Amino acid sequence: MTRAVAVDQMFVTLNHALVAYVPAVWRPLASAVLGVVTVMVVFLTLFALTVLLERKGLGRMQNRYGPNRVGPWGILQPVADGIKAIIKEDVVPQSADHAVHFLAPVLIVVAAFLNYAVIPVGRGMALTDLNAGVLFFFAISSMVELGVFMAGWASRSKYSLFGAMRAIAQMISYEVPMLLAATATVMVAGTLSTTRIVEMQATYTGQIPHWFVLTPWGFTGFCLFMVAATAESNRSPFDLPEGESEIVAGYFIEYSGFKFALFFIGEYLGMMATSAMAITLFLGGWSAPLACLQWFPTWGWFFVKLVALLCGFIWMRGTLPRLRMDQLMNFSWKFLLPMTLVNLVATGLWRFLPVGWERWLICGALVVVPYALLGRSINWQGRKVAVRRYRYAE
Amino acid sequence: MLGRGIVEGMLETARNFLGSYVSRERLTTVQYPEERLAHIENARSFPFLVYDGADWQAGMRCVSCQICEKECPPKCIYIEKSVDKKPDAVGRPQNYPKVFNIDVSVCMSCQICVEVCPFDAIKMDVEYELGAHDRFGGLLLDKQRLSKSNEYYHRIHPTEAAAVDAALAEERAKMQAKQQAAAAAAAAKAAAPVAATPSAAIPSAPATEGKA
Amino acid sequence: MSSAMHPAMDMAAERGMQLSPAGESGVQLLEVSMGPQHPSTHGVFRMDVVLDGEKVVKLKPVFGYLHRNHEKIAEKETYLGNMPYTDRLDYICSLTNNWAYALAVEKLAGIEVPERAEYLRVITAELTRLQNHALLIGFLMQDMGASGTPLMYAFREREKIQDLFEALTGSRMMSNYMRFGGCRVDAPAGWLAEVGKMVASFPQFLDEFEALLTGNEILMARTQEVGVVTRERAVNAGLTGPMLRASGVNYDIRKVDGYGIYNRFPFRVPLGEHGDTYDRYMIRVLEMRESVKILEQALKEIPDGPIQDPKTKPRNFRPKVGEAYGRIESPKGELGFYLISDGTGTPYRYRVRPPSLINLTLLEEMCLGHNVADIVVILGSVDIVLGEVDR
Repeated sequence: MTRAVAVDQMFVTLNHALVAYVPAVWRPLASAVLGVVTVMVVFLTLFALTVLLERKGLGRMQNRYGPNRVGPWGILQPVADGIKAIIKEDVVPQSADHAVHFLAPVLIVVAAFLNYAVIPVGRGMALTDLNAGVLFFFAISSMVELGVFMAGWASRSKYSLFGAMRAIAQMISYEVPMLLAATATVMVAGTLSTTRIVEMQATYTGQIPHWFVLTPWGFTGFCLFMVAATAESNRSPFDLPEGESEIVAGYFIEYSGFKFALFFIGEYLGMMATSAMAITLFLGGWSAPLACLQWFPTWGWFFVKLVALLCGFIWMRGTLPRLRMDQLMNFSWKFLLPMTLVNLVATGLWRFLPVGWERWLICGALVVVPYALLGRSINWQGRKVAVRRYRYAE
Repeated sequence: MLGRGIVEGMLETARNFLGSYVSRERLTTVQYPEERLAHIENARSFPFLVYDGADWQAGMRCVSCQICEKECPPKCIYIEKSVDKKPDAVGRPQNYPKVFNIDVSVCMSCQICVEVCPFDAIKMDVEYELGAHDRFGGLLLDKQRLSKSNEYYHRIHPTEAAAVDAALAEERAKMQAKQQAAAAAAAAKAAAPVAATPSAAIPSAPATEGKA
Repeated sequence: MSSAMHPAMDMAAERGMQLSPAGESGVQLLEVSMGPQHPSTHGVFRMDVVLDGEKVVKLKPVFGYLHRNHEKIAEKETYLGNMPYTDRLDYICSLTNNWAYALAVEKLAGIEVPERAEYLRVITAELTRLQNHALLIGFLMQDMGASGTPLMYAFREREKIQDLFEALTGSRMMSNYMRFGGCRVDAPAGWLAEVGKMVASFPQFLDEFEALLTGNEILMARTQEVGVVTRERAVNAGLTGPMLRASGVNYDIRKVDGYGIYNRFPFRVPLGEHGDTYDRYMIRVLEMRESVKILEQALKEIPDGPIQDPKTKPRNFRPKVGEAYGRIESPKGELGFYLISDGTGTPYRYRVRPPSLINLTLLEEMCLGHNVADIVVILGSVDIVLGEVDR
């Protein structure tokens, strides 16, 4: 058991050991800097791995290999992409607003990285233990929208303006269901602190953990949160702002070279950050899925769950066509938002009903029935959508 | 509704993802140039000139009739007739091409030259790796580059080559029979008036044939 | 969005570009040129679109980027020499192009076609229809953003059909296979068995494809009630092919003319009711299923025999003076060739009725009032190939 704990806490002990070389007055700063550098390195590596995973995953879904020339199994492909992005010429349109044009990708990446400050990656391994961690997270992710709009506006091109308008509308509309889905967890946990929320989920009855996703309201909340997270990071099927086949890359059409790569880094980091928050809020953060599996280090479980969610994102991207703008907005305001409100009611009831099968039944029904009703009545721009039967000529 | 179609779609994709590790059906990539697709027998890429035997100049079947040049739709064949003659595939002395160029960057692989050739001299090759560094000279194939042996023809199009060989053998047999008949007739004619003329006309020897 | 806040408009004004007049709500309209280099315009095709926000107010298709003087070249080439050029009209469906041209010339010169050749023609034409519809659906989904997955599945099947074509005609796409009075070469040994295998496995592919697509809510939401063409409008505009049948008009030239031996095959013609993009997509899927049935029957019934009249010579073909119009149901619509012969070896006038171009004339009407994202979907469902539109 102590061996497992040692492995689990090895980064914390490493941090303490390295910081001991610094005079006492500088130790807090050194510890923070070390933590920040580690987070940046780890998540950038994860970004590289995700890019490769996505291309190979999409390839396999499409009956082909992904990239497999650059290293064994294409492992060095992200390195090749990075080198390509860096050595490309940086073309900036003459009429563009140069300062804003430069700052937009920087802002997006900085905001994306700031998100990781409150994610507990392992036991006792959150960079900061804020009392209002969840609030901080959502506040920072709104900065990304500002960056997107800066990119579109400053490029002074019709296509990029189009993309920026669409992106802003989409991201703002999907913030609301995401927040409300997260609020359900906050209601039950009674705290905004991410470390406390994870610690509450890290207890077990028998082998089953107390993850919030294993309750009706938690499952619904998780699904709603993931759908809203897909839209927040402009991933398929919500990737109309970068609608490749219509407006050819939308708001970052005028970017080339490393700034283009920065947009992708920002998008993928955002995706990973919202997945990490979903794991924290619903999937029990760093806790193991079964009590007997606790020998595996907690940061290991966190990354396993993160990669699983990323695979889910890639799976959705490979399968689904994209939604049109108005359908996107309809979906958010007329389906997701009412569902999150219903979910809040279910959460509240769950908290106050006595433990037993009754509360499962009531909360389950409270969630499933509106889903069926809303789903059936959803009409896209006033027209009914249904499977049709066809007749043949006589 | 209610997401069922989406779930079905995602199951389909998952099936292809997992299937790609298991069956060749679901992973149809051929890693060119390390692997190559099996050559389909009837495929065609660009024309080549067939020659019989070992010497490509002596065994060339083409008699420079210029029918392929006239019928070629994009007019990519350029032929210059020779002045002297050499025996062709069945033994008749015919002209041969002094210059025979095909501009492969113009050729559209329509195979009409093959269809109209009365001498089975031009056939379709299957070679498609014809990259060159020079757009004009490198893609203008001359007589020597175009000439490939009958064995090569058998390798790439066995059924067709066998049929062509059978037809040519038949023609040669007919040719030989005709010549023997002509020789016999000439001998008979020479033998008949031997009493009238003091010297017997010596029949000329039949022309040598180039056999494959 | 007044012009003071709209940088694109400022830039346009600075450069003296023509601005469209203000729309009905008093806002400036945005003029966008989609193409000719665009991932979703199915070739070199340009659309000048005027937008009011996201709604299309005006759309002008501009084509001609692939014009290759096909009809003029044909006046200088012999009849046989024109056959390879017809491959390159609708370059995806080369065998049906060949058949239409051969049909026109056979009408002109009064040539009969032997039985086996007719069956081979039907088999190759239906295989062409299968691969064209599969390709089209794949590209429609690609334009809609399903990052290439349905496209790859469709191409996987299409590769099998193209391998069959290569074994029969020598080339995967540019087949140059039909001749006046039959086909150029007979099927090699084992080819018909291979086709049988491919046809037997095709319905399973269609089932998988439909599981991925037909019930997909996002697909339905994107395509239903988008790009509607009413019956009367379709007939008046001269539409043909799956577009016409999706609007509910029962007109399939295979049934109407019964050219070749199509009246021996009892296949059904699916009809749509709404005339929107979803109907066009579904009609094509149902047509694929019907083609599979035709293929099964043709493979069973194909007789032995010659594939061309043994007396025909490829050279010096001189039909008598006259004119003829030969048309077939190509996968895109009614493909017709109008030939006028003046007794010499080259046609006097050679005219192609391109179904893609005529189906394209209604593009503006279909797109008005829809979003920018719908333009691409509607264009995809019209099924154009620029080789045919521009010739």
